[in-house]
Amino acid sequence: MLLALLGGVLFAQDKPKVEPWVCPPGFEGQKLSVFNWSTYIAEDTIPNFEKACGVTVDYSIYESSEAMLSKIIQGNPGYDIVVPSGNTVGRMIELDLAIPLDKSLIPNFANVSEALRDPSYDPGNVYSIPYQWGTIGVGYNREKVGYEITSWEQVWNYPGKVAWLNDPRAIMGIGLHLLGFDPNSTDADEIAQARDFLISKGGNVVAIAGDDGQVLLERGDVDITIEYNGDIVNLGYECECDTFAYVVPEEGSVIWVDSMMIPKDAPNVALAHAFIDYILHPQVGADISNYTTYASPNQAAIDLGLIEEVYLNDPAIYPDEKKLERLFSIDHVGSEVEVIYSNAWDELLIFLGR
Amino acid sequence: MLEAQARRRQQRSGLLLALPAIIWLGLFFLLPLGIVGVFSFLTREAAGIVSLPFTLEHYERTFGVFSVVLWRSVWISVVSTVICLLIGYPLAFFIATRQNNWVRQLCLFMVVLPFWTNFLVRTYAWRILLGDQGTINAILQGLGLIDAPLTLLNTPFAVILGLVYGFLPFMVLPIYASVDRFDFKYVDAAHDLGANDIKAFFRVVLPMTLPGVFAGSALVFIPCVGAFVTPDLLGGTQGLMIGNLISRQFGQSLNLPLGSALSVTMMLIVMVALLAYVRLGNRRLGG
Repeated sequence: MLLALLGGVLFAQDKPKVEPWVCPPGFEGQKLSVFNWSTYIAEDTIPNFEKACGVTVDYSIYESSEAMLSKIIQGNPGYDIVVPSGNTVGRMIELDLAIPLDKSLIPNFANVSEALRDPSYDPGNVYSIPYQWGTIGVGYNREKVGYEITSWEQVWNYPGKVAWLNDPRAIMGIGLHLLGFDPNSTDADEIAQARDFLISKGGNVVAIAGDDGQVLLERGDVDITIEYNGDIVNLGYECECDTFAYVVPEEGSVIWVDSMMIPKDAPNVALAHAFIDYILHPQVGADISNYTTYASPNQAAIDLGLIEEVYLNDPAIYPDEKKLERLFSIDHVGSEVEVIYSNAWDELLIFLGR
Repeated sequence: MLEAQARRRQQRSGLLLALPAIIWLGLFFLLPLGIVGVFSFLTREAAGIVSLPFTLEHYERTFGVFSVVLWRSVWISVVSTVICLLIGYPLAFFIATRQNNWVRQLCLFMVVLPFWTNFLVRTYAWRILLGDQGTINAILQGLGLIDAPLTLLNTPFAVILGLVYGFLPFMVLPIYASVDRFDFKYVDAAHDLGANDIKAFFRVVLPMTLPGVFAGSALVFIPCVGAFVTPDLLGGTQGLMIGNLISRQFGQSLNLPLGSALSVTMMLIVMVALLAYVRLGNRRLGG
């Protein structure tokens, strides 16, 4: 009995835990164009897909959902896959910029965690399937700051240099939340109050970082940066030091899910479906999250133990129940209200840092 | 009679020769300019669409909240142009007065050498040089000249440095051409008439090389006002310029009317500055 069990364990370790992903036939020689966030994929994810399907992939990156949307909205320049965050998924659906997904071509959708299915901005996952998820919080240099940061107040009052993230809706949402309003407020007056509140708290902001706050932090150009968790967590694991810390302030912050979508007029819809299925394969999904140190929506990858233990147990990547309660998501509010937010953000940029 | 006919024919063939340029400019300059002008008065709709009715809203915002940035763009550009002039004139003078042709060519070659590397890459390099833990601070601290790092990056100073660095050749080359054409017998004449070197320079050399100064200043000032890569990478929140706002409106914000209004305003600033400059120049040159 024991021997059999032991043998089973040994046997299980000998061969890979899951069969590798197999590409559906007939794509040889074709092309796929993927448009994704910067620093957001494992090094071998794309080459392996190219090998499996016999295709070539054009991989381009963007620094914010808005930057991505601005390219799609003026007529899709030829992207097959984009990876926006929740509120932008909602916007793309509202503006009729996405193609409904054929789930029969994406059997690996079954691997997606129940908790992350059926979001409010895309009921039934008609247009979007989760890619990775995470939080927005504060990355800081322990040595420079000299104490542990736990609250937003400490960020606002810090005497040294600070960078904010170029994610207008998220930062405005934090401002609204701290003022006691709905972070997805549609009230122009509340949004204006949040703008003024953030300007009054942003005297120490020297830069608005477009998804590269971790670089500013690492280079010592700022001591504190508001960033997506994975980029800061990655910094800590890479330097194998305690210098860089990530915290979700106690007042609460943003939780987000980035999802894969096929934008309208995508040149290769069939291959795009195959690509989404590939990403949802447990090993592929695990490789991405093990590399980027963001949280995986792939329950199968977690259950099969493919995500590295140390990441799975890191509360900065997978927040515990108590922390999850403090997190709020940025939702789709409709394009009319988005205009109010973007005007407020323009004005905030001008008066920040004085 | 025949003469008039010949002149008419000449005029017609001249027009024919200019036709490609006229069509090109009309199609790709005047027409888009007109569209930008009309857009700047239209109402912004969600999702990057514009619609009627006409409104002055975007100009109200441009000269309202955004006036801080307009003003900053102007003073940063003026300071950058003046610094370019103060560095560029002596440099151009030095190069143009070398006796050895080979030395002159080498110097000019070195002035344009930076263009061989991509402007974006060179501006990123400044980020590494100017950072708190960058090369410049490391050297100054290593020499014991400063205790704490100087804040260089993400300041208007960094933007001015980047602009001067980027556009200096545009100042040097026209001034070089002016000085090169200058006949130094005039200086001998001034000396004969009792002027010392300083007086001869300010009364004779400088006025006669002013066309180069004006051309160089215009060539530096215009791209400075519209710059957006340099302030974006080096300016942080303190160095935001009108170019950054414009690029944001046509990109992330998708506010085409506001972007158009800002663009039109920028063109007006450049035009007014150039007209004032040209008038000043004509007076100086004429007098």
